[in-house]
Amino acid sequence: MASETTNQLANQFAGKLLLRSEIPLSEDVFQHCVSSGNFTAVSSISKNLLYCQCNRCGNREPGLFAKIPCQICHREHHYCRKCIEMGRVMECEPLYYWNGDQPAWATPADPCSWDGELTDKQQLAADRITQAIVSQEKELLIWAVCGAGKTEMLFPGITKALQSGKRVCLATPRADVVRELLPRFRQVFAGVSIQGLYGGSDEKEKVAQLILSTTHQLLRFRQAFDVLIIDEIDAFPYHKDPSLSFAANRSRKQISTMIYLTATPRKEQRRRMLQKQLNHMFVPTRFHGYPLPVPSLKMCRTLKKDLARPAPPKLLTEWLKQRVNPERQLLLFVPTIELAEKLEMVLARKFIQLGWLPSKQAITFVHASDPDREEKVQQFRRKETFMLLTTTILERGVTFPSVDVVVLDAGHDVFDEAALVQIAGRAGRSPDDPTGEVLFIHDGKTDAMVEAVSSVKAMNKRGGFR
Amino acid sequence: MCDDPVCNDCKQWATYYYDRDVLTRNYSVFVYNDVIQDIVTKWKYRGDYVLGNIFKQYIYQTYKQHKSSLPDQIITVPIPLSGQRLLERGFNQAKMLANFLPLKQEELLHRLHGEKQSKKTRKERLSSKNPFYLLKKVNKPVLLVDDIYTTGTTLRHAASLLKQNGCPDVYALTLVRG
Ligand SMILES: [Zn+2]
Ligand SMILES: [Zn+2]
Repeated sequence: MASETTNQLANQFAGKLLLRSEIPLSEDVFQHCVSSGNFTAVSSISKNLLYCQCNRCGNREPGLFAKIPCQICHREHHYCRKCIEMGRVMECEPLYYWNGDQPAWATPADPCSWDGELTDKQQLAADRITQAIVSQEKELLIWAVCGAGKTEMLFPGITKALQSGKRVCLATPRADVVRELLPRFRQVFAGVSIQGLYGGSDEKEKVAQLILSTTHQLLRFRQAFDVLIIDEIDAFPYHKDPSLSFAANRSRKQISTMIYLTATPRKEQRRRMLQKQLNHMFVPTRFHGYPLPVPSLKMCRTLKKDLARPAPPKLLTEWLKQRVNPERQLLLFVPTIELAEKLEMVLARKFIQLGWLPSKQAITFVHASDPDREEKVQQFRRKETFMLLTTTILERGVTFPSVDVVVLDAGHDVFDEAALVQIAGRAGRSPDDPTGEVLFIHDGKTDAMVEAVSSVKAMNKRGGFR
Repeated sequence: MCDDPVCNDCKQWATYYYDRDVLTRNYSVFVYNDVIQDIVTKWKYRGDYVLGNIFKQYIYQTYKQHKSSLPDQIITVPIPLSGQRLLERGFNQAKMLANFLPLKQEELLHRLHGEKQSKKTRKERLSSKNPFYLLKKVNKPVLLVDDIYTTGTTLRHAASLLKQNGCPDVYALTLVRG
């Protein structure tokens, strides 16, 4: 093979861990790469006496393996059910990684065209991130309150990394966030090759130095990144799915820097920070300098009855009457899709009757598998709708300019402490309207609610507010 | 299954074959819906083989309900995949369904590789060439087994080939009526 094609192949495949069906090469070229040692095969499912392990996703749960009478190799063997959405991993089909020359990434002199300014607090964090990258620290956690402007804090560090020819990946739990960040990064790092990876992305075959990805897509990488930034480390599904940290660890190079971002670290991370096992930096204030809105808890004894009918609790309509700023849009969180579906019409009717909503079109409802989800969120952001009813899918990663936030049935299990803090963090994100009301309506205080409130207060205190 | 014992589709086919549909009857277990579509997608296209076991009792029950209207000595013939598709998928979903039936099974048909049926329009499917050839003649009645009945073309291609070669009667059992 000519060396330029080998270079191309190195570019395309270095750092990846793929099934044969994910390698778009003719059989001839592929076989040549295998026999010349450029592709190395590893067994996709390893077994010992006690368990099977999927070498793509790290799964060891016996219940997540099944047997198939395979018509390819004509015997019965295991396949992994855990990562099957990304293409089935079978015992008889190995995974391949590129073992040839490593690609040389560009070393752009001046890759970043962002001309915004960081606040002093943001600058401190940005410097700390840059330092970690330059000195190849293994791990760093940035604990930044909701609305601190995390993305901007990353720009200087990413710039430094790109300048020295490093490969960078920013992984986030949600495809929405990847889609939202992509155009921004393309604008800021205009001369850099950038790839967006998520379930429905059409850029899977592209090759790039800077990758924005969902955490799931990391399952296809191996020793790829010099810098791996994991956004929302505390978020579902990362904190619940061991595959994702398995994949994240495998996708970084041996010498590399992992940067975690979170507004609401979990107990495990707090423990590690406290015991000084995890370097971290706290960013206590929002970029506009105002404190986080503290949620107020409102007990509603008739809540269960109201929601069963369903009807808006009286308390909610009372509160709506006396809001500080009636111009603000309303973001209303409910625990289940079912409830949201039922409430949409009821609320519309009631609020039109009371004169708060002009028409049924002023209220919408989104949930995880809503095909129009993106469009509805955009409409709300453009203020074309007044009230958005949502499940926890919008608890984080979205910014609306001016909203009040209500959680209906805040005592429900889906609202854990982190979720409640994040939800509260949706209010007051704009410098033009930096405050906002946050209301948790419940029929009995839960630990999650109490901890959420005290955690918001504690963060404000660390930010110098009283 | 439809309330009318003969559905519009079968009536159309009867006219097409001058009142003698090559397929005596098709039994479908489910009418297409979102839940079934979801399971079938995961099972067949994502390749989660064991999910197919969910259908075992339903297939068996449908068979039991209609057993009396089927001839004795009937054997099952699963609709095959092309060799290439079988290599991609690792298993034949129709054969898995056929395995759930307490009948003798024979793989009499071979399928040539072609365009995916699911990528064709109804018209293209109806006018497509017969993709099957016969591996062995059979003189017993046959119950064809497949996962999805969309236009019925595939089953009728198979059925006409069997009948031309001595098979007295062809029935079909499909998991989903699309
Ligand atoms: Zn096999
Ligand atoms: Zn797996």
